[in-house]
Amino acid sequence: MLKARVIVTLKPSVLDPQGKAIEGALQHMGQGTASSIRQGKVFDIVLNHNDKAKAEAEVRTMCTELLANTLMENFTIQILD
Amino acid sequence: MKTAVVVFPGTNRERDAATALKAVTGTAAHMLWHGDSELPQGLDLVVLPGGFSYGDYLRCGAMAARSPIMSAIKQAAERGVKVLGICNGFQILCESGLLPGVLQHNVRPKFRCHTVNLRVETTNSSFTNLYAQGQVINVPIAHGEGNYFADAQTLSQLEGDDRVAFRYCTDAGDITVQANPNGALNNIAGILNAQRNVLGMMPHPENHIFAEQGCVDGKALFESILAA
Repeated sequence: MLKARVIVTLKPSVLDPQGKAIEGALQHMGQGTASSIRQGKVFDIVLNHNDKAKAEAEVRTMCTELLANTLMENFTIQILD
Repeated sequence: MKTAVVVFPGTNRERDAATALKAVTGTAAHMLWHGDSELPQGLDLVVLPGGFSYGDYLRCGAMAARSPIMSAIKQAAERGVKVLGICNGFQILCESGLLPGVLQHNVRPKFRCHTVNLRVETTNSSFTNLYAQGQVINVPIAHGEGNYFADAQTLSQLEGDDRVAFRYCTDAGDITVQANPNGALNNIAGILNAQRNVLGMMPHPENHIFAEQGCVDGKALFESILAA
């Protein structure tokens, strides 16, 4: 069994209204040091084999076909033991 | 004319679409379920109605775009069957690749539910042929994610190929930032595919059909399909 972690973030050029709203809330709470917040998503995936190279390729396909919309999002893949 | 309305889990405007279709075509629309893998024979039009398919999980329209019925709809669209995606339906069409671009969160993170003015940007489509070029129509919107975005190349292709169907505008038909409810690029409210038989739009023409709704500006869109 292998575990993969996928992190999906909005591309830097894409406006993130939710992140902006969270940033505003933090500032209202007195956390004025938070000067920028970008919201993203994390997916933890368990694979039913132990081939890391295969896992990387499979998870990449999952990302491009469903988990991320590459028009507006970037993704990173970590293969964990 | 043979029409169908697709229902996904979380769709909530299917009856509005079906009522509009019945009123204009005189025939009841077929109601299709997301798990169906075939469309009725001889279909002229498929409508993907508004709502919150799959609870907007992952991204709006993302899950619905991968449901079994969408493969059949893609094949039908290639054969020339007309496809109209309204609101969540537009989001689904973008996620499925039938239309380019993506609908992002409104630039001000707020659900916008009111009427807007739209300028008809092209009459060269099965959906707009009974409108006048540049005509201003009044249609409701109800969405939190209607901020149309596409990369520069896609955008210039849409503009250059006359594929922008509607833009948000003022009463007088001017395209201004103030008239744009969601931050959509170039005030885009609706676009066509390259074959011009697929239209996606955020506003709800199916809700301005009857006099008792206060406005009938949406009716010509459905009549255009009938006339095409």
